Amino acid sequence: MNLFDSKFSTACPGCGQEIAASIVVNTAGENVIITNATGCLEVFSSKFPDSAWKVPWIHSLFENAAAVASGVEAALKHLGKLENIRVIAQAGDGGTADIGLQALSGMLERGHDILFCCYDNEAYENTGIQRSGLTPLDANTTTSPPGKKSTGNIRPKKTMLEICAAHKIPYVASASVGFIPDLKEKIKKALTIRGPKYLQIHCPCPLGWGYAPELTLKVGKLAVETGLYPLIEFEYDKLTSVMKIPEPKPVEEYLKLQKRFKHLLNNKQELQKIEQIAKTNIKNFGLT
Amino acid sequence: MKRFLEGSRAVAEAIKLCKPGVISAYPITPQTHIVQNLAQFVADGELNSQFVNVESEHSAASVVLGAIATGVRAFTATSSQGLLLMGEVIYNIAGMRLPLVLTCANRAVSAPINIWNDHQDSLAMRDTGWIQFYAENNQEALDLHIQAYKLAENKEIMLPVMVCIDGYILTHGHEPVDIPEQEKVDQFLPPYSTSYKLDPSHPITMGYLADPTCYMETRVDIQNALDRALKLIPQIAKDFKHTFGRDTGGLVETYRLEDAQYALIAQGSLAGTIKQVVDDLREKGKKVGALRVITYRPFPKEAIYQALKDVPNIGVVEKAISLGAYGPLFTEIKGIFQNRPENPKINGFVAGLGGRDISQETIIEVFTKLEGAQKDLEFIDIKKELLNGFIRF
Repeated sequence: MNLFDSKFSTACPGCGQEIAASIVVNTAGENVIITNATGCLEVFSSKFPDSAWKVPWIHSLFENAAAVASGVEAALKHLGKLENIRVIAQAGDGGTADIGLQALSGMLERGHDILFCCYDNEAYENTGIQRSGLTPLDANTTTSPPGKKSTGNIRPKKTMLEICAAHKIPYVASASVGFIPDLKEKIKKALTIRGPKYLQIHCPCPLGWGYAPELTLKVGKLAVETGLYPLIEFEYDKLTSVMKIPEPKPVEEYLKLQKRFKHLLNNKQELQKIEQIAKTNIKNFGLT
Repeated sequence: MKRFLEGSRAVAEAIKLCKPGVISAYPITPQTHIVQNLAQFVADGELNSQFVNVESEHSAASVVLGAIATGVRAFTATSSQGLLLMGEVIYNIAGMRLPLVLTCANRAVSAPINIWNDHQDSLAMRDTGWIQFYAENNQEALDLHIQAYKLAENKEIMLPVMVCIDGYILTHGHEPVDIPEQEKVDQFLPPYSTSYKLDPSHPITMGYLADPTCYMETRVDIQNALDRALKLIPQIAKDFKHTFGRDTGGLVETYRLEDAQYALIAQGSLAGTIKQVVDDLREKGKKVGALRVITYRPFPKEAIYQALKDVPNIGVVEKAISLGAYGPLFTEIKGIFQNRPENPKINGFVAGLGGRDISQETIIEVFTKLEGAQKDLEFIDIKKELLNGFIRF
């Protein structure tokens, strides 16, 4: 049985988050309870009286998916059911790295047996493509528009993987809808580990990033292949595995597909900065 | 068994008897003694509960939300800023129809920061869909928590209950308290059981998106459930008396109102002071009485009307103010007599904000004021020399 019934989903065509969320729940199986932050995924999957979810699923608020999951986990522990039921908290990048960061840190620090999935589409897409802490450098969003005095988003992505790893939890990983077998492996692996787990999944967004819906997987792949979105794993704050990219592709190949970076293509100085981010990732994580 | 207990300990004893499976809280004065006691019960193995120490009140409320949504009875306690920080979750819990019980150790709100008692914090949560009880003393604080779970979890209600107890005055004050036997509490309050829960064997979706075609009905449903609570609360108080032999809880308490010409209305521990003054003034031949509002939400308008309809001079003494308007309870008491044949004079008094003492002398003075001109709003015991003196622009 498909545990995410897309018949009851109103996601945009080519939505990377819908692909990822469907893979997460179907890989996890029936014996899960999911807590979901406010955001695109919640909105397109749970419009009364329809629900795409064939597993127990709860949406409460924007910033508290990790805290609600902590309560679910504590309740299962009390009932003696935690052995057989996995708890998954899920949120977008804003619900994870910005407004939800405090609750997430608390969940990680307290050692709850929960897998937290961040569906990283790199902006507040649900409210109309505003900039988040996980929006990449120079991206054009509605609150980081380029102009005479701006080249777009002023900061690189917040280093959420390292922030989570610094809590010295058993498992932290990044994945991408561009590499589905790898994503499935990481979900499976995470769910065999007891304690707090953090999985950040790169989810291209046709609407917010400005590309044709059929390119979602390709865009996702290129983010990884250029070194801009390294697929890596940490265990107890030690880097334990990386997906190698022996011949990194030029970042322009990734950028030129997306309207959010269109303003950069003739700006050598900014392109160099983005190239530098890829190079730093490749060096720091040993991607080649 | 009677013991001489701090109010916080009395509440903790009540919660222990109710056996919540999950407790979560964040420290804030003057609520902390309640959860410290509970943490010790858990540590000593006297209470089988998951005690989740969280990083904020927002998460405390979210943790207990998640626990009840999983079908497990839960508890949290807070005060003042903590309750305000919970605010978003407070609405959410009621909207999701989750029968949480929360203790609010009533405290003033910032700025200026002040850790002492008034009712501004819980009054700010008046319109959330929660049931609100106000306890007069430690015994009632204990009893109301047991009644609160019974009410919240009733299938006709399924709404959260906030039990409000005055910070310091009750939380840190010692009184003799009778602690019921576990067996009797178990009989009065059966384990929480519901099919409305997160359970992989019967998966449901909770926390839907509701568009304009269906949102409004969720609010009507809560309103109707609160109307049913008005009938159920006296019944639960009666059952409680039958089981434990004590007359506590209910909608309102009337005190020497028969033939009264002057009556004061109050909530919480202040009613104790007022009742004492009523006794003293009655000895001097004054026809005075008092009304205590125990259940503030749902608002017991009919019970209040019946209690006060023959009293020509009424004063509302409250520890809260809707800044720019009146005391909130005053406004609602006035509303009760709209389009009624009786037209009592109703005076509004705001007193005791930020823990300022309300003495018996103050209450005597307030009774005297009922003989004077009608005023919608009068602040009591104000130091005129301090006005405009706190912040200089």
